[in-house]
Amino acid sequence: MNNLLIAPVVLPLIIGMVLIIFHTNIKLQRVLSLIALLATSAVSVLLINQIHQQGIQTLQLGGWEAPYGISFVGDMFSALLLLATSIVAVCCLIYAFTTMGRKQQKLYFYPLFLFLVTGVNGSFLTGDLFNLYVFFELFLVSSYVLITFGGEKRQLRESLKYIFTNIISSAFFLMGVAYLYSITGTLNLADLSLKIAEVGQDGLITTVAFLFLIVFALKAGLLLFFWLPGSYSVPPTAIAAIFAALLTKVGIYAIFRMFTLIFYHEPQITHWFIGILAALTMILGGLGAIGFWDLKKILTYNVVISVGFIVAGLVSLTSAGITGSIYYLIHDMIIKALIFLIGGTVIHLTGTSDLKEISGLIRRHPGLGWMFFLAALSMVGIPPLSGFLGKVFITRGTFEGGYFWLGAIGLVASLFILYSMMKLFMNAFWGEMKLSEEEELGTTKGLILPIVLLTVVSLALGIGAEGIACYVTQAAEELLNPSLYIQAVFD
Amino acid sequence: MKQNDVILQSVTRVAVVIILTFSFYLFMNGHHHPGGGFIGGLSTAAAIVLLYLSFGIDKVRENIRMDFKKLAAIGVLIAIGTGMTSVIFGKPFLTQAFDYFNLPIFGKTELASALIFDTGVALAVIGTAVNIILSISEDR
Repeated sequence: MNNLLIAPVVLPLIIGMVLIIFHTNIKLQRVLSLIALLATSAVSVLLINQIHQQGIQTLQLGGWEAPYGISFVGDMFSALLLLATSIVAVCCLIYAFTTMGRKQQKLYFYPLFLFLVTGVNGSFLTGDLFNLYVFFELFLVSSYVLITFGGEKRQLRESLKYIFTNIISSAFFLMGVAYLYSITGTLNLADLSLKIAEVGQDGLITTVAFLFLIVFALKAGLLLFFWLPGSYSVPPTAIAAIFAALLTKVGIYAIFRMFTLIFYHEPQITHWFIGILAALTMILGGLGAIGFWDLKKILTYNVVISVGFIVAGLVSLTSAGITGSIYYLIHDMIIKALIFLIGGTVIHLTGTSDLKEISGLIRRHPGLGWMFFLAALSMVGIPPLSGFLGKVFITRGTFEGGYFWLGAIGLVASLFILYSMMKLFMNAFWGEMKLSEEEELGTTKGLILPIVLLTVVSLALGIGAEGIACYVTQAAEELLNPSLYIQAVFD
Repeated sequence: MKQNDVILQSVTRVAVVIILTFSFYLFMNGHHHPGGGFIGGLSTAAAIVLLYLSFGIDKVRENIRMDFKKLAAIGVLIAIGTGMTSVIFGKPFLTQAFDYFNLPIFGKTELASALIFDTGVALAVIGTAVNIILSISEDR
């Protein structure tokens, strides 16, 4: 029993509720929500330490033993993602301080932001399938409101698509839960894993596995990403950044959890199929990233590419592949928030997202330009930046697992990323300076701090990769040995 | 044209009392039998919405001076609060305690911390449900 596990869920929830009561006091909202997120980061650091020393931590809510009650399970994978989530959330929150209008800030922005984080944290920690559904709904409902913040026409149009897509996938999720419950009679993830291992993963269970794959692929943007470029490019920057950094990653997390803990018996069917999805995602995302001349579109398609790439590590089911995925997942959360914030700042300065109309920003904003350059290199995987290790391990994993085509496509996708990011860098930051100081629509005052923070974290991740290696290896080991998870829940 | 809703208003006056009594029964019954904070709160919300429907938003607002958004938030806070109390005592989150007491009129009665939790749930449900109806009606 470890009550610390509930803190990442309860802290933002309590503060969010308190902020609903005081929703007109902006200063109080800012201070309290920052405190809540910082406290969550501190808790996740503590959790990482505890898990590193004592193995997987569990909490049976209300003292009802598994499989009857709801278990909260913190393994290293969840804890690392929790920490990354908190860092990203803090930076996006600071960015929102200056960019969100005062009126919008009073319209429950901070409580919704905190509920979003609550939902994401809860999804990472819960050890119960239905509870996972509830936390998914929690952050989805918050995101429904956040995506329409500002109430522009195209926001409403895209949010309608977003809501429909997610409602349909949630319905499928619920159906999958019902099927799984009627087959096994349990919803506790550890118990599910045990029961399915006992009776074997037959055709019916594999079909249910595919149902879950559809659900989470829709949420993660794995091939089914038709809704993603539209809906991630309409909300205000701070919100778009946290969406890009967190929401697809929760889907990826769920795919990892389900297909390493429960449906891992028939990898030649399920994992092979996920591999095809990943390959298609990378190719299509790459085409989108090089084809568009719109800054936001390019960035959102880069989100899509990385989804395919991270999942490729899972497909291999080798320790190198999974290690790489975890490295790359953490890197990607940080870096996607970073480039979305930089992209949003560029739009804030120039008032347009059309690359052909932006030029020469680096003369007036050298810091911004070089940080973007660093982020771009890191996404491509240039050593010693943070994307490098992930790429190496994922590629090695896919080759070891015999998925040569997948590894090759992953490498080609890196070239797509390189091309699209360099196109962005050369067009937006190089060239003739088009806007003089007076013509710029805004200043970077107050916007640079979160960008610098994220850049520093990303650099630290790359250069200090050795330091977190022991944690990542432990996370990969736990994912590849479901028995560790099961033992922790039932002891 | 002014609507004539004498019948609706007279029925509501009686019906609201019945609905509120029944929802209190549902709420208290929920500890061991079907019922509980969620359904009790929902039927209370039904009574309040009925009041809004028959007497109009302004009139009810004069008499029930309450921000239902805040009510919902307070409800959730109460519910989490009971969960957190168990953390203070070193038990898992949400652990409930109960004991039997000899009360003057009721005799031997079971008092459970789940009741406080349920009160929180009920307030949250009332706040949310009424708030949804009010938001729809305030459509501009």
